[in-house]
Amino acid sequence: MAFTPPKESYAGKVYTVTMGTGERAATIGGESVLPFHSFEGGTPNRPLVALEIQDVPPADWPENVRKVYDGVSDDPVKWAKHCQDDLKARAIALRLVGTHPDRENRSVEDAVKTAKDVLAAVSIPVIILGSNHAEKDTAVLVAVAEAAKDKNCIIGKAQEANYKTIAAAAMANNHKLIAMSELDINLSKQLNILITQMGFDKEKLITDPMCSALGYGLEYTYSVMERIRLAALTQNDQTMQQPMLGDVGMYVWKVKETQAAEADMPQWGAAEERGILWEAETATALLVAGAELLIMRHPKAVAAVDSVIEELV
Amino acid sequence: MALSGVEIFKLLPKTNCKKCGHPTCLAFAMKLAQRQATLDLCPDVSEEAKKKLGEASAPPIRPITLGAGDKAVKMGEETVLFRHDKKFVNPCAFAIEVKDTQSEADIESVCAQVMHSEIDRVGQKLRIDAIVITNESGDAGKLETAAKTVAAKAAGVAVIINTTNAQAAEAAVKLFAGSHPVVYGANASNLDAMASVAKAHKAILGIAASGLEELSELTEKAKGLGVEDIVMDSGARKAKEIIEHNTLIRRAAIKKGFKPLGYPVINFIQRGDSMHEALVASVCVAKYSSIVVLSSIEKWKSVALFALRQNIYTDPQVPMQVEQKIYKIGEPKADSPFFITTNFSLTYFIVSGEIENSKVPCRLAVMDSEGLSVLTAWAAGKFTATKIAQFINDSGIDQEVSAKELIIPGYVAILSGAIEEKLPGWKITVGPREANAIPAFLKARG
Ligand code: SF4
Repeated sequence: MAFTPPKESYAGKVYTVTMGTGERAATIGGESVLPFHSFEGGTPNRPLVALEIQDVPPADWPENVRKVYDGVSDDPVKWAKHCQDDLKARAIALRLVGTHPDRENRSVEDAVKTAKDVLAAVSIPVIILGSNHAEKDTAVLVAVAEAAKDKNCIIGKAQEANYKTIAAAAMANNHKLIAMSELDINLSKQLNILITQMGFDKEKLITDPMCSALGYGLEYTYSVMERIRLAALTQNDQTMQQPMLGDVGMYVWKVKETQAAEADMPQWGAAEERGILWEAETATALLVAGAELLIMRHPKAVAAVDSVIEELV
Repeated sequence: MALSGVEIFKLLPKTNCKKCGHPTCLAFAMKLAQRQATLDLCPDVSEEAKKKLGEASAPPIRPITLGAGDKAVKMGEETVLFRHDKKFVNPCAFAIEVKDTQSEADIESVCAQVMHSEIDRVGQKLRIDAIVITNESGDAGKLETAAKTVAAKAAGVAVIINTTNAQAAEAAVKLFAGSHPVVYGANASNLDAMASVAKAHKAILGIAASGLEELSELTEKAKGLGVEDIVMDSGARKAKEIIEHNTLIRRAAIKKGFKPLGYPVINFIQRGDSMHEALVASVCVAKYSSIVVLSSIEKWKSVALFALRQNIYTDPQVPMQVEQKIYKIGEPKADSPFFITTNFSLTYFIVSGEIENSKVPCRLAVMDSEGLSVLTAWAAGKFTATKIAQFINDSGIDQEVSAKELIIPGYVAILSGAIEEKLPGWKITVGPREANAIPAFLKARG
């Protein structure tokens, strides 16, 4: 029996999304095959990792990742420049977590100022995220989108409860938009439809099917991503052809494997390497499932993921 | 390739005698097609039909057991390309390489690491499954010495002997009689000799090819020589090639019924940088590897790889909800802390994990919220004061606890007053918002 490679071709293609402006603008998506299947079709852009920064010091991050940013994380501008200039980040994600009513409850004006200052300080693409408080995010993200007009940012996250105003603001100010739903392919598709029905360009959307950490439900995110990508490619479903986001850092650095000291958990080995690998491995699994954009925290985890991407393309 | 129910029916006696326990031959044929019955239930089936059906019903990827005893690893038997279609069947084995150029002490220390690699995760015992002994020296005596060390210091662990020298392989494999090792290194120039070693010692033959075409030729030849159990190395080493080869192999076996590639895959991915190696291993776990060969197994690395393997090989059909009830964690007493949360399985796993972590025995009430997380359930009106109160009242838990204190998730602090009103005699305490703060919360309560 002679072997013929069972290659496949697909009807659909992932949209190409560019973020940022000028020389440092970055492009993701555009592939017409399953992740890293360059043996059977085009994969024009490699996935992109954005380093996460916050509007307030990361007091709630575990020691092993917090300490990496000691001396810069007290000021979002310093932090952003450090990521761009010293860590050579290709993009950053500014999370305005301090605006959450149960956190520092920073005002919309404060959030706008932070976003403007960060945008003025760096030339790499910026993802601007709210605090995941549906109501407050509406006010914060609308104002921030306006302040960042024409910077071609990625604004997020629009959810079922608040997508209308956020999508309208992203549209009016020429930004890309993250649409997030909770671990369900149908919800994800439905939200994309609702947003595009408002007149939002389907090619300016990024899908976030919701991340989960290695060991804590990663398989759900993994399979939802695989299914979305298969629907995009095999069924040519235009409502599911957006590039996908894995918001890895905030999920990973919550679980006990990224925090427990080796003294408490000797069977888990060195805590520092364990935390870095937990983040990098979550990210790698999601890349294999179809994520094109990742938001991560530990620079060593990012470096490791970049090196595996290098081997995969 | 798999036969349809109707095709199978044509091969059955068509007497509808019911001896197989099915009302008709057709009903039995349908069960056979779905692999929910086996042919031996029909006493009247012809020899010819048996042969045809036997070939057709063989799983697309041959089931093979690596090693023996309680540490044996099952491989193969996979039926799908994507885990959402159906559960991936046999989790891949992790193997660590030792070389016969290493000192005896070094090899012993790797064996000790393997023997102590077992950890318990969500009720499963996970460990490094196998040791590869590589004939780096090219010297048969050195390989045998290294193999002796492994046999003595890692007794019971599955072994993969890695050499292209059939005589060296023979000397080493003898040490693992009856324990189903792999003899890896068969290629175009030594296939006959390696195949007879594998056959003589009931070992699995590891074929080392360069490319998929050569690989299928070699497995066909090996089969012709009477070898049944094979593991395949296509020669892929880079992550990109591993995805390509492993995907094409899995597709050929499952979608095309291409028998020459219907065997488990072994991937050698040793790298200088351990973190990088772990990530390449992650690609192998997700993409169809049956044996992943590593160069180091630090504990921080193993625990992460075990977790990924568990995630990928979880049954996707299991719903994301857990049963509504009051779970006991540890052995709670009448006055132990009593938490409530929703029945989204991730919420449950994380909260119960953190309570376990705190080592404080507790009760955890898991309320049916249609599988939504706390915040979403609250927003959707499925985790409200009225519903919580009703659940607690109906549970009869007040007979069991003395304290009558209920700890609610910090995210729904807003509900505490309303629940207190609806649950007279109960004290409502606001717990942490995130589960990871539970151990500190419990510690602070003393
Ligand atoms: S035992 Fe065989 S012949 Fe009888 S009904 Fe079943 S399949 Fe048909």
